[in-house]
Amino acid sequence: MLLITQTALELGFQYALVAMALFLSYRILDIADLTTDGAFVLGAAVSVTLTGLGHPLLAIPAAMVAGGCAGFVTAVLQTRLGVPSILAGIVTNFGLYTVNLMVMGWRSNASLIINRDVSIFNLASQLGFLGQWSNLALSAAITVVAGAVLFLFLGTRLGLSIRATGDNRDMVRASSVNPTITITVGLCISNALTALSGAVVGQAQRSVDINLGTGIVVIGLACLIIGESMLGRRTILKGVIAVMVGSIIYRFIYAVVLFTKVVPVDCLKLITAALVALAIAFPTIKGWGQFQLRKLNWHKHIQPAGGKENR
Amino acid sequence: MLYLNHISKTFNPGTVNQRAALSKLSLHLKPEDFATVIGSNGAGKSTMLNAVAGSFYVDTGSIVLDGQDITFQPEHKRSQVIGRLFQDPLKGTAPNMTIEENLALAFLRSANKKAPFSRINKRDKEFFAQRLKLLDMGLEDRMGHPVGLLSGGQRQALTLLMATLVTPKLLLLDEHTAALDPVTAAKVLKLTQDIVAQYKITCLMVTHNMNQALMVGNRTLMMADGKIVLDVAGQERAGLTVNDLLNSFKAGTGRDLDNDRILLSE
Repeated sequence: MLLITQTALELGFQYALVAMALFLSYRILDIADLTTDGAFVLGAAVSVTLTGLGHPLLAIPAAMVAGGCAGFVTAVLQTRLGVPSILAGIVTNFGLYTVNLMVMGWRSNASLIINRDVSIFNLASQLGFLGQWSNLALSAAITVVAGAVLFLFLGTRLGLSIRATGDNRDMVRASSVNPTITITVGLCISNALTALSGAVVGQAQRSVDINLGTGIVVIGLACLIIGESMLGRRTILKGVIAVMVGSIIYRFIYAVVLFTKVVPVDCLKLITAALVALAIAFPTIKGWGQFQLRKLNWHKHIQPAGGKENR
Repeated sequence: MLYLNHISKTFNPGTVNQRAALSKLSLHLKPEDFATVIGSNGAGKSTMLNAVAGSFYVDTGSIVLDGQDITFQPEHKRSQVIGRLFQDPLKGTAPNMTIEENLALAFLRSANKKAPFSRINKRDKEFFAQRLKLLDMGLEDRMGHPVGLLSGGQRQALTLLMATLVTPKLLLLDEHTAALDPVTAAKVLKLTQDIVAQYKITCLMVTHNMNQALMVGNRTLMMADGKIVLDVAGQERAGLTVNDLLNSFKAGTGRDLDNDRILLSE
């Protein structure tokens, strides 16, 4: 049980960064950014490759810059070149497949077998005083710091402009802010966060595979939705904390399923997809249900004038 | 102050929906002019305001504001010196952000508030509160509330404040009181007149209310078919009645004014 908890917390914090990235792109900017899958692998690939070369610390910012560049490409496609935003993400994501292979030296996976004892997690455990909790402490620290920086950033004038872009784009233009710039900055930051997640995950599991990121955007959305249903989404601070809570809960469920095999682990993706679709569809379904109820009651109690004649 | 030199705009050129919205329209507003604009449905009133604001670029002609040619300037650049209100009170504010944050965004138009990583400080907040007090709606005590909780009238008053927080060279009002209930509409109009007078702002206001078109401001423009067909000010304007306006429209265009909203308003 302790192992389940510890694993869930570790993975929860590591993958929470993806949910945080989606909080920025999907919730705040109101853009469904499908670059996420590729950016995650890109971060992991850059991180593992650089760590293999003996630079585990440099690997983290390098991965973030790489992710930011991926976001920049998506942003330019949709803001400057008129590619529909969802398609822009898909196109970039597709191109990233080749880039990711290239980063891993034209192989479909890379690992740290030769350089086993080099990674940020080794550095953390060498500090000594954290014991077996060092992996968790490092994962948590990275995510909490990233969350705090994001929260502070969204309170600055640039951050406010980004939030307003997702809220009311006309009003942003009327405030002399160029929405092209705010969308670009927002997507760069969001993909840098996704890549950071990949970088941490890559070093934690000491390997990266080209398919590591498949469906990560749906899992991230699931975490986002779980967290928001727990904490609500009224304020930015709540939103940033919610993604961490949501991600940990998701990983906890995942770990429980993995250990107890209540449902086959292979089914988890289908279940997650169904949950995300349902959660996003919930307001529509609720509205439809209320309308049907109203119709039902209407016919029960009221006979509209002329209604009988039709029979 | 504002020169529109023979501007034209045709929407959907070369298709069955082709429509000349503005045809060689010319207009000169002097500094501190407050002109009301009236006209039939589809006369091009909103299109003219959109052309000035930069929602699209005009096909021909030029636009000069305060000595600067802004014909090819993008919308977000122009908005640095042009304030704007729409008929829809929801258009001018970000509903999920607080009153304070909305004002901070509007304050970005001020030249010394551009630093991207600076935050709203105490002096900004005091300034916002002091300006909110002028609205007399108690909004200064609710600065942390999301704008989505405000009524349409409150939101429109806030938008007015935001558009004039940094004094613009030109204020564009597109039937900005038309969607409000009569009492609120009167209040917002009064606020508009006060602010425009206090900061000496040059102003273009589209309205569908004939009396308003004659009573508010110092000049009345009447539009038809993408042109200005009547332009009165001073003595001549003071003696005009609503009937005179209708007659001069007929004289200018050879047909009756067909804006049902104009004819149905009191």
